[in-house]
Amino acid sequence: MSKFRKKKKGMPAVNTASLPDIVFMLLFFFMVTTTMRETDLKLENPSLPSATEVKKLEHKSLVSTIYVGKSKDVARHGAGFNRIQLNDKIATAEDVPAFIINSRSKVSEAEVPFMTTSIKADKESNVGTIIDIRLKLRDVNALKISYSASKAVDN
Amino acid sequence: MARRENPEINAGSMADIAFLLLIFFLVTTTMNVDSGVSKKLSEKPPEDYVPPIIKEKNIFEVNINRNNDLLVEGERMDIKDLQSTAMAFIDNGGGDGKIDEGVATGPCTYCQGEKSISSSDHPNKAIISVQSDRGTEYGTYLKVQDELIKAYSALRNRLSKERYGIPFPELEDSYKDDRSNLELKKKVEDIKRSYPEIISDAEPTSN
Repeated sequence: MSKFRKKKKGMPAVNTASLPDIVFMLLFFFMVTTTMRETDLKLENPSLPSATEVKKLEHKSLVSTIYVGKSKDVARHGAGFNRIQLNDKIATAEDVPAFIINSRSKVSEAEVPFMTTSIKADKESNVGTIIDIRLKLRDVNALKISYSASKAVDN
Repeated sequence: MARRENPEINAGSMADIAFLLLIFFLVTTTMNVDSGVSKKLSEKPPEDYVPPIIKEKNIFEVNINRNNDLLVEGERMDIKDLQSTAMAFIDNGGGDGKIDEGVATGPCTYCQGEKSISSSDHPNKAIISVQSDRGTEYGTYLKVQDELIKAYSALRNRLSKERYGIPFPELEDSYKDDRSNLELKKKVEDIKRSYPEIISDAEPTSN
Protein backbone atom coordinates (compact mmCIF):
# COMPACT_ATOMS: atom_id res chain seq x y z
CA MET A 1 0.00 0.00 0.00
CA SER A 2 2.58 2.43 1.03
CA LYS A 3 4.14 1.83 -2.31
CA PHE A 4 1.47 3.88 -4.04
CA ARG A 5 0.95 6.51 -1.43
CA LYS A 6 2.72 9.74 -2.02
CA LYS A 7 5.11 10.87 0.55
CA LYS A 8 3.66 13.66 2.63
CA LYS A 9 5.69 16.80 3.01
CA GLY A 10 6.15 18.49 6.29
CA MET A 11 5.09 22.01 5.34
CA PRO A 12 2.59 22.80 2.63
CA ALA A 13 3.84 25.62 0.41
CA VAL A 14 1.91 28.89 0.53
CA ASN A 15 -0.34 29.09 -2.43
CA THR A 16 0.92 31.92 -4.55
CA ALA A 17 -1.46 31.37 -7.41
CA SER A 18 -3.56 34.39 -6.46
CA LEU A 19 -0.57 36.68 -6.18
CA PRO A 20 -0.60 37.59 -9.86
CA ASP A 21 -4.25 38.51 -9.52
CA ILE A 22 -3.50 40.90 -6.73
CA VAL A 23 -0.65 42.46 -8.60
CA PHE A 24 -2.67 42.73 -11.78
CA MET A 25 -5.39 44.46 -9.85
CA LEU A 26 -2.86 47.03 -8.66
CA LEU A 27 -1.52 47.35 -12.16
CA PHE A 28 -4.95 48.01 -13.62
CA PHE A 29 -5.70 50.48 -10.89
CA PHE A 30 -2.61 52.50 -11.77
CA MET A 31 -3.23 52.20 -15.48
CA VAL A 32 -6.77 53.47 -15.14
CA THR A 33 -6.13 56.28 -12.68
CA THR A 34 -3.15 57.85 -14.41
CA THR A 35 -4.63 60.06 -17.05
CA MET A 36 -2.15 61.02 -19.65
CA ARG A 37 -3.65 64.36 -20.61
CA GLU A 38 -7.10 65.81 -20.37
CA THR A 39 -7.10 67.58 -23.70
CA ASP A 40 -5.30 66.33 -26.69
CA LEU A 41 -2.94 68.83 -28.09
CA LYS A 42 -3.55 70.20 -31.51
CA LEU A 43 -0.25 71.95 -31.13
CA GLU A 44 3.15 70.46 -30.95
CA ASN A 45 4.12 70.03 -27.36
CA PRO A 46 5.44 73.48 -26.48
CA SER A 47 9.04 73.60 -25.40
CA LEU A 48 8.63 75.67 -22.31
CA PRO A 49 11.10 78.35 -21.38
CA SER A 50 13.01 77.80 -18.19
CA ALA A 51 13.04 80.08 -15.20
CA THR A 52 14.35 79.91 -11.68
CA GLU A 53 11.63 81.80 -9.86
CA VAL A 54 8.88 79.30 -10.54
CA LYS A 55 6.01 78.52 -8.25
CA LYS A 56 4.00 75.36 -8.30
CA LEU A 57 0.41 75.67 -9.33
CA GLU A 58 -1.86 74.28 -6.71
CA HIS A 59 -5.52 73.33 -6.99
CA LYS A 60 -5.67 71.90 -10.45
CA SER A 61 -9.41 72.43 -10.71
CA LEU A 62 -8.87 76.18 -10.52
CA VAL A 63 -6.36 76.32 -13.32
CA SER A 64 -7.35 76.90 -16.91
CA THR A 65 -4.66 76.36 -19.44
CA ILE A 66 -4.04 78.22 -22.66
CA TYR A 67 -1.55 76.71 -25.05
CA VAL A 68 0.43 78.76 -27.50
CA GLY A 69 2.71 77.21 -30.02
CA LYS A 70 3.13 75.64 -33.39
CA SER A 71 0.26 73.75 -34.96
CA LYS A 72 0.65 70.08 -35.75
CA ASP A 73 -1.48 70.55 -38.83
CA VAL A 74 0.37 73.29 -40.63
CA ALA A 75 -1.74 72.99 -43.77
CA ARG A 76 -4.92 73.76 -41.87
CA HIS A 77 -3.85 76.25 -39.28
CA GLY A 78 -0.82 77.81 -40.85
CA ALA A 79 2.80 77.76 -39.78
CA GLY A 80 4.37 79.85 -37.09
CA PHE A 81 4.56 79.58 -33.36
CA ASN A 82 1.58 81.75 -32.57
CA ARG A 83 -1.38 79.40 -32.68
CA ILE A 84 -3.57 79.45 -29.60
CA GLN A 85 -5.34 76.39 -28.32
CA LEU A 86 -8.26 76.61 -25.92
CA ASN A 87 -9.78 73.35 -24.69
CA ASP A 88 -9.21 71.17 -27.71
CA LYS A 89 -9.66 73.67 -30.49
CA ILE A 90 -7.36 76.08 -32.21
CA ALA A 91 -8.74 79.51 -31.48
CA THR A 92 -7.84 83.17 -31.56
CA ALA A 93 -7.31 85.66 -28.78
CA GLU A 94 -10.91 86.79 -29.32
CA ASP A 95 -12.16 83.50 -27.93
CA VAL A 96 -10.27 83.81 -24.66
CA PRO A 97 -13.00 85.66 -22.70
CA ALA A 98 -15.58 83.02 -23.59
CA PHE A 99 -13.15 80.31 -22.56
CA ILE A 100 -12.53 81.94 -19.19
CA ILE A 101 -16.21 82.55 -18.53
CA ASN A 102 -16.93 78.96 -19.40
CA SER A 103 -14.29 77.65 -17.02
CA ARG A 104 -15.59 79.96 -14.31
CA SER A 105 -19.02 78.41 -14.55
CA LYS A 106 -17.51 75.11 -13.44
CA VAL A 107 -16.34 76.33 -10.07
CA SER A 108 -18.21 77.87 -7.19
CA GLU A 109 -18.59 81.61 -6.96
CA ALA A 110 -16.33 81.88 -3.95
CA GLU A 111 -13.43 80.26 -5.73
CA VAL A 112 -13.47 82.46 -8.81
CA PRO A 113 -10.96 85.00 -7.44
CA PHE A 114 -8.46 82.19 -6.91
CA MET A 115 -8.64 80.96 -10.45
CA THR A 116 -5.38 81.03 -12.31
CA THR A 117 -4.77 81.02 -16.00
CA SER A 118 -1.70 79.10 -16.98
CA ILE A 119 -0.16 80.13 -20.26
CA LYS A 120 1.86 77.31 -21.74
CA ALA A 121 3.65 78.97 -24.55
CA ASP A 122 6.50 77.80 -26.66
CA LYS A 123 9.62 79.82 -26.09
CA GLU A 124 9.74 80.67 -29.76
CA SER A 125 6.29 82.23 -29.87
CA ASN A 126 6.01 85.99 -29.95
CA VAL A 127 5.30 88.36 -27.12
CA GLY A 128 2.59 89.98 -29.24
CA THR A 129 0.40 86.90 -29.00
CA ILE A 130 0.90 86.66 -25.25
CA ILE A 131 0.03 90.32 -24.86
CA ASP A 132 -3.15 89.87 -26.91
CA ILE A 133 -4.17 87.06 -24.59
CA ARG A 134 -3.26 89.09 -21.57
CA LEU A 135 -5.39 92.04 -22.65
CA LYS A 136 -8.35 89.73 -23.16
CA LEU A 137 -7.79 88.18 -19.75
CA ARG A 138 -7.76 91.62 -18.20
CA ASP A 139 -11.05 92.41 -19.91
CA VAL A 140 -12.72 89.55 -18.09
CA ASN A 141 -10.84 90.23 -14.86
CA ALA A 142 -8.87 87.01 -14.88
CA LEU A 143 -5.88 88.66 -13.29
CA LYS A 144 -3.93 85.76 -11.88
CA ILE A 145 -1.76 84.28 -14.53
CA SER A 146 1.16 81.95 -14.55
CA TYR A 147 3.64 81.75 -17.35
CA SER A 148 4.36 78.08 -17.45
CA ALA A 149 8.06 77.37 -17.27
CA SER A 150 10.28 74.53 -16.34
CA LYS A 151 12.47 74.90 -13.32
CA ALA A 152 15.97 75.86 -14.25
CA VAL A 153 18.93 75.17 -12.07
CA ASP A 154 20.24 78.33 -10.53
CA ASN A 155 23.80 79.10 -11.38
CA MET B 1 -0.87 1.94 -12.78
CA ALA B 2 0.63 4.62 -15.00
CA ARG B 3 1.59 7.69 -13.13
CA ARG B 4 -0.66 10.55 -14.06
CA GLU B 5 1.34 13.64 -14.92
CA ASN B 6 -0.72 16.67 -14.44
CA PRO B 7 0.81 19.35 -16.58
CA GLU B 8 0.14 22.42 -14.51
CA ILE B 9 1.69 25.59 -15.85
CA ASN B 10 3.99 27.08 -13.37
CA ALA B 11 2.40 30.34 -12.38
CA GLY B 12 5.11 31.30 -9.97
CA SER B 13 6.83 33.67 -12.34
CA MET B 14 3.56 35.34 -13.31
CA ALA B 15 3.82 37.52 -10.25
CA ASP B 16 7.27 38.62 -11.28
CA ILE B 17 6.06 39.63 -14.71
CA ALA B 18 3.15 41.56 -13.27
CA PHE B 19 5.41 43.26 -10.76
CA LEU B 20 7.72 44.27 -13.53
CA LEU B 21 4.84 45.86 -15.41
CA LEU B 22 3.59 47.55 -12.27
CA ILE B 23 6.97 49.03 -11.52
CA PHE B 24 7.34 50.16 -15.10
CA PHE B 25 4.05 52.08 -14.93
CA LEU B 26 4.85 53.49 -11.53
CA VAL B 27 8.13 54.86 -12.77
CA THR B 28 7.01 56.17 -16.13
CA THR B 29 3.87 57.99 -15.05
CA THR B 30 4.95 61.43 -14.09
CA MET B 31 2.36 63.38 -12.20
CA ASN B 32 3.47 66.40 -14.14
CA VAL B 33 3.07 69.28 -11.77
CA ASP B 34 2.45 72.50 -13.54
CA SER B 35 4.80 75.21 -12.45
CA GLY B 36 5.39 78.67 -13.75
CA VAL B 37 6.25 82.28 -13.14
CA SER B 38 3.19 83.73 -11.50
CA LYS B 39 2.13 87.23 -12.21
CA LYS B 40 -0.76 89.39 -11.22
CA LEU B 41 -2.18 91.62 -13.92
CA SER B 42 -3.27 95.09 -13.11
CA GLU B 43 -6.95 95.79 -13.34
CA LYS B 44 -8.35 97.46 -16.39
CA PRO B 45 -8.16 101.18 -15.75
CA PRO B 46 -11.37 103.18 -16.07
CA GLU B 47 -11.65 105.26 -19.21
CA ASP B 48 -11.13 108.59 -17.49
CA TYR B 49 -8.08 107.36 -15.65
CA VAL B 50 -5.16 109.73 -15.64
CA PRO B 51 -1.91 107.98 -14.87
CA PRO B 52 0.02 109.60 -12.04
CA ILE B 53 3.12 111.52 -12.88
CA ILE B 54 6.16 109.52 -11.95
CA LYS B 55 9.63 110.94 -11.75
CA GLU B 56 11.89 109.71 -14.47
CA LYS B 57 14.49 108.54 -11.98
CA ASN B 58 12.03 106.19 -10.33
CA ILE B 59 11.47 104.26 -13.51
CA PHE B 60 13.82 101.54 -14.60
CA GLU B 61 13.26 101.02 -18.25
CA VAL B 62 13.93 97.69 -19.89
CA ASN B 63 13.39 97.43 -23.61
CA ILE B 64 13.57 94.25 -25.58
CA ASN B 65 13.64 94.61 -29.31
CA ARG B 66 12.52 92.18 -31.95
CA ASN B 67 16.00 90.70 -32.19
CA ASN B 68 15.85 89.87 -28.50
CA ASP B 69 18.44 92.49 -27.58
CA LEU B 70 18.18 94.28 -24.31
CA LEU B 71 18.23 98.02 -23.78
CA VAL B 72 18.33 98.98 -20.13
CA GLU B 73 18.06 102.66 -19.21
CA GLY B 74 19.15 103.59 -22.70
CA GLU B 75 22.15 101.29 -22.79
CA ARG B 76 22.68 97.91 -24.32
CA MET B 77 23.04 95.22 -21.76
CA ASP B 78 23.67 91.53 -21.50
CA ILE B 79 20.93 89.56 -19.79
CA LYS B 80 23.32 88.27 -17.17
CA ASP B 81 23.93 91.78 -15.85
CA LEU B 82 20.25 92.59 -15.60
CA GLN B 83 19.72 91.23 -12.12
CA SER B 84 22.54 93.18 -10.49
CA THR B 85 21.60 96.39 -12.30
CA ALA B 86 17.98 96.04 -11.27
CA MET B 87 19.02 95.35 -7.70
CA ALA B 88 21.18 98.46 -7.63
CA PHE B 89 18.24 100.46 -8.90
CA ILE B 90 15.65 99.10 -6.46
CA ASP B 91 17.98 99.24 -3.51
CA ASN B 92 19.26 102.73 -4.20
CA GLY B 93 17.16 104.55 -1.63
CA GLY B 94 18.10 108.08 -2.64
CA GLY B 95 15.08 109.86 -1.18
CA ASP B 96 11.82 109.54 0.68
CA GLY B 97 9.35 106.73 0.22
CA LYS B 98 5.79 107.18 -0.90
CA ILE B 99 2.99 108.20 1.41
CA ASP B 100 1.24 104.98 2.32
CA GLU B 101 -2.31 105.51 3.64
CA GLY B 102 -1.39 108.89 5.05
CA VAL B 103 1.81 107.66 6.65
CA ALA B 104 5.01 108.83 5.09
CA THR B 105 7.45 105.96 4.88
CA GLY B 106 10.41 108.31 4.92
CA PRO B 107 13.84 107.43 3.65
CA CYS B 108 14.78 103.82 3.16
CA THR B 109 16.62 102.71 6.28
CA TYR B 110 17.34 99.17 5.18
CA CYS B 111 18.63 99.96 1.70
CA GLN B 112 22.29 99.33 1.08
CA GLY B 113 22.45 101.07 -2.26
CA GLU B 114 24.64 104.01 -3.05
CA LYS B 115 21.88 106.57 -2.38
CA SER B 116 22.47 108.31 -5.66
CA ILE B 117 20.08 111.16 -6.38
CA SER B 118 19.77 110.14 -10.01
CA SER B 119 18.38 106.72 -9.20
CA SER B 120 15.26 105.55 -7.37
CA ASP B 121 14.02 107.21 -4.18
CA HIS B 122 12.74 104.20 -2.33
CA PRO B 123 11.96 100.55 -3.16
CA ASN B 124 8.25 101.28 -2.89
CA LYS B 125 8.56 104.00 -5.49
CA ALA B 126 10.86 102.15 -7.83
CA ILE B 127 9.03 100.94 -10.88
CA ILE B 128 10.45 98.54 -13.39
CA SER B 129 8.89 98.97 -16.77
CA VAL B 130 9.38 96.28 -19.36
CA GLN B 131 8.65 97.15 -22.93
CA SER B 132 8.96 94.58 -25.61
CA ASP B 133 8.27 94.37 -29.26
CA ARG B 134 5.42 92.28 -30.57
CA GLY B 135 7.99 90.22 -32.40
CA THR B 136 10.14 89.51 -29.36
CA GLU B 137 10.58 85.87 -28.56
CA TYR B 138 8.57 84.75 -25.58
CA GLY B 139 11.53 82.85 -24.16
CA THR B 140 13.58 86.04 -23.93
CA TYR B 141 10.67 87.95 -22.45
CA LEU B 142 10.22 85.39 -19.72
CA LYS B 143 13.92 85.29 -19.02
CA VAL B 144 13.87 89.04 -18.45
CA GLN B 145 10.91 88.72 -16.12
CA ASP B 146 12.69 85.94 -14.31
CA GLU B 147 15.83 88.03 -13.83
CA LEU B 148 13.79 90.92 -12.46
CA ILE B 149 11.92 88.69 -10.04
CA LYS B 150 15.25 87.23 -9.03
CA ALA B 151 16.45 90.73 -8.18
CA TYR B 152 13.48 91.23 -5.87
CA SER B 153 13.89 87.80 -4.32
CA ALA B 154 17.53 88.44 -3.57
CA LEU B 155 16.72 91.73 -1.86
CA ARG B 156 13.87 90.25 0.13
CA ASN B 157 16.05 87.37 1.11
CA ARG B 158 18.75 89.68 2.34
CA LEU B 159 16.35 91.73 4.40
CA SER B 160 14.71 88.66 5.83
CA LYS B 161 18.04 87.28 6.96
CA GLU B 162 18.93 90.61 8.48
CA ARG B 163 15.72 91.09 10.37
CA TYR B 164 14.59 87.61 11.24
CA GLY B 165 17.65 85.48 10.66
CA ILE B 166 16.10 83.12 8.14
CA PRO B 167 15.96 83.16 4.33
CA PHE B 168 12.76 84.55 2.88
CA PRO B 169 11.62 81.40 1.03
CA GLU B 170 11.80 79.50 4.33
CA LEU B 171 9.87 82.21 6.10
CA GLU B 172 7.22 82.10 3.40
CA ASP B 173 7.02 78.32 3.50
CA SER B 174 6.57 78.22 7.23
CA TYR B 175 3.81 80.78 6.89
CA LYS B 176 2.14 78.69 4.21
CA ASP B 177 2.19 75.68 6.51
CA ASP B 178 0.67 77.66 9.33
CA ARG B 179 -1.56 80.35 7.97
CA SER B 180 -3.10 81.21 11.30
CA ASN B 181 0.21 82.30 12.73
CA LEU B 182 -0.14 86.07 12.90
CA GLU B 183 3.44 86.67 13.83
CA LEU B 184 4.69 84.93 10.71
CA LYS B 185 2.13 86.75 8.63
CA LYS B 186 3.38 90.06 9.93
CA LYS B 187 6.94 89.14 9.11
CA VAL B 188 6.11 88.04 5.57
CA GLU B 189 4.08 91.13 4.92
CA ASP B 190 6.75 93.34 6.38
CA ILE B 191 9.34 91.97 3.97
CA LYS B 192 6.95 92.15 1.05
CA ARG B 193 6.06 95.71 1.86
CA SER B 194 9.68 96.70 2.20
CA TYR B 195 10.46 95.46 -1.29
CA PRO B 196 7.19 95.45 -3.21
CA GLU B 197 7.42 93.82 -6.60
CA ILE B 198 6.51 96.53 -9.09
CA ILE B 199 7.09 95.27 -12.59
CA SER B 200 4.86 96.81 -15.17
CA ASP B 201 4.43 95.89 -18.77
CA ALA B 202 4.38 98.81 -21.12
CA GLU B 203 2.40 98.77 -24.33
CA PRO B 204 4.46 96.78 -26.83
CA THR B 205 6.03 98.37 -29.85
CA SER B 206 5.16 97.02 -33.22
CA ASN B 207 6.26 97.67 -36.70
